[in-house]
Amino acid sequence: MAEIRVEHLRKAFGEFVAVQDSTFTVEDGEFLALLGPSGCGKTTTLRMIAGLELPTGGTIRLAGEDVTYRRASERDIAFVFQLFALYPHMNVRKNIGFPLLAQGVPKAQIKARVEETARLLQIDHILDHPVSGLAGGDRQRVALGRAIVRRPMCFLMDEPLGTLDAEFREVMVRELRELHNRIHATTVYVTHDQIEAMAMADKIAVMNHGVIEQFGTPQEIYDRPASIYVADFIGSPPMNFIRFKAGLPKGARVARIGAAEVEMPELRRDVAPGELALGVRPEHVRFSDASPLRGAVYGSEYLGTNQIVTVEIEGGLVRARLPAEQSFSIGEPVGLTFKSERLSLFDAGSGRVIPSVLHEGALRQEARHG
Amino acid sequence: MSSAKAPSAKTTSVNAAHSVVEPSSRSKRIAATLVIVYAVVTMVPLVWIFLTSIKSPPDSISYPPKILFTPSIEGYCNLFTTRTRQTAEYIASLPEPDGVCDAVTRQRNMVIAGSSNFLPRFANSLIIAFGSTFLAVGLGTLAAYGFSRFKVPLADDLLFFILSTRMMPPIAVAIPIYLMYRQLGLSDTALGMMLLYTAVNVSLAVWLLKGFIDEIPREYEEAAMIDGYSRLQAFRKVVLPQATTGIAATAIFCLIFAWNEYAFASLLTSGSAQTAPPFIPTIIGEGGQDWPAVAAGTTIFLVPILVFTILLRKQLLRGITFGAVRK
Repeated sequence: MAEIRVEHLRKAFGEFVAVQDSTFTVEDGEFLALLGPSGCGKTTTLRMIAGLELPTGGTIRLAGEDVTYRRASERDIAFVFQLFALYPHMNVRKNIGFPLLAQGVPKAQIKARVEETARLLQIDHILDHPVSGLAGGDRQRVALGRAIVRRPMCFLMDEPLGTLDAEFREVMVRELRELHNRIHATTVYVTHDQIEAMAMADKIAVMNHGVIEQFGTPQEIYDRPASIYVADFIGSPPMNFIRFKAGLPKGARVARIGAAEVEMPELRRDVAPGELALGVRPEHVRFSDASPLRGAVYGSEYLGTNQIVTVEIEGGLVRARLPAEQSFSIGEPVGLTFKSERLSLFDAGSGRVIPSVLHEGALRQEARHG
Repeated sequence: MSSAKAPSAKTTSVNAAHSVVEPSSRSKRIAATLVIVYAVVTMVPLVWIFLTSIKSPPDSISYPPKILFTPSIEGYCNLFTTRTRQTAEYIASLPEPDGVCDAVTRQRNMVIAGSSNFLPRFANSLIIAFGSTFLAVGLGTLAAYGFSRFKVPLADDLLFFILSTRMMPPIAVAIPIYLMYRQLGLSDTALGMMLLYTAVNVSLAVWLLKGFIDEIPREYEEAAMIDGYSRLQAFRKVVLPQATTGIAATAIFCLIFAWNEYAFASLLTSGSAQTAPPFIPTIIGEGGQDWPAVAAGTTIFLVPILVFTILLRKQLLRGITFGAVRK
């Protein structure tokens, strides 16, 4: 097992820049999810770490060694493909044993290690089956088996659950995380599914247009999004953005939105007058008749344990996650309050977050944990 | 009552759905009849050749043609031997015939003088056809893989150029090739014929195989390379096994061309490298129109192709196995 260090990684396909300038480190034994929409460069990043694609610039270090331009076969990594890529002309046993065969492992040892791996993944009963007849989950497990049998330095996975149906995906998410907890392999996992990333990863890198928008733990990414893009991408429904024009001094604790004053975490730098966006998670919105921030109920979605109520205010629509018991009629006037210590303020022009006490808290917390 | 009705409704709908996928027994019968009729029609010349090969020479030219006759091995005897005519007294003075062919020949007042050139010509055909097929498919597979997987400069133009060699009948270049071969000393050599057939077939092989290899997802090779294999090893262990269907089909096409080729063979070969196609017609000249011998030569000539096709039938029919990659 090893640490993966990526520095100033860049990849251009002719005019198109797939990855601009990525720098991040996956610690030994850590599970990193590369999260983003299709075309954001996450798969290209993964393929460069694997050696299936050569970077245009930058370096990749595996366990301290520069492997940037080394062949895939010489990197000691395992890759799980989206479509599994099980060799169709081999049975399960041969598929799992194939990487060992390349290393020249003796036959008896291959047999033992394949069987041990199969037991770990609970596929020992299908070892001699052809791969063509397997169900999606078993294919997934065979692909994982082929990856872990070699005990490589790290695992790279390219949306391995993308083709499974939703119900089964949840089972596999649990299995993958359990597997990771057992073997503690450094893992880079590419997905466009925020739920998968949140559920499995130790760290998440949110990518957009070839740029890592934010790199951090799932909690950091959810609670302290670094940009409007991240805040919008993570969370379902996503964060609300209330747009307003203002200039604020360092130390400001109140934003004036229309007639209402909204409390927020103390700002840590001056904000030049311009377009701003106040970010509020739906679960941090409460209804309060006394609040000066007024709006009218626009619609609601019933979700069983709770409901999402959309309210139209002056700056746009605000969604609130509320207990399912309350009922509202459309057009009903309501007042809104926010959980002030959890709000983020963004520069609407650049899309970046404006640093506040919220982020310092984060630093302090991290220092404690570290 | 209603509970009994529900399953029957379901069964009907299942049957209705089935009729879309599964042809009715009536249309199946019609299809089968058409296929059988077509097969019989195409089989008639082959059957006729086989029947002629086991007729005696008088039966083979009788009119109206004989459907029922006493089978004779004479055609095969004549194919493999050369004979000389002798007087009845001389033949009577010979010791007992030492074989069926000997006996059959003596009834025609002839004795076997030696073996004919058929076997060496047939061997030439085998060597040249299988050799050129092996070369064409081997080169074609490598070229097709290259075109399919790598960024080849001017790939489209090159592919078109390769195809363009097929745009005229090969015999159109017979004279330049004849002159070239004479200069190079390749005339009437097995190597020369092998190279010629390879050159003609390799364009077909590249195009056919590129289609098959394009269909094999790259992930397999990438997976193999990550599993610790070089690209060449990945090609051999992962791509080739999956391309067997395409390779088998291509090999059959190449073999049939090389095996049946007549024009170049008769132009460029006359002696040691002569193949069976130009040789078989020469049998007619030896001692009258010996149709049973010609038919026997043709029958034997058909066997290798038949065997090759039957051997590769499984590969041809198996279809491409994409089973393990979910689409």
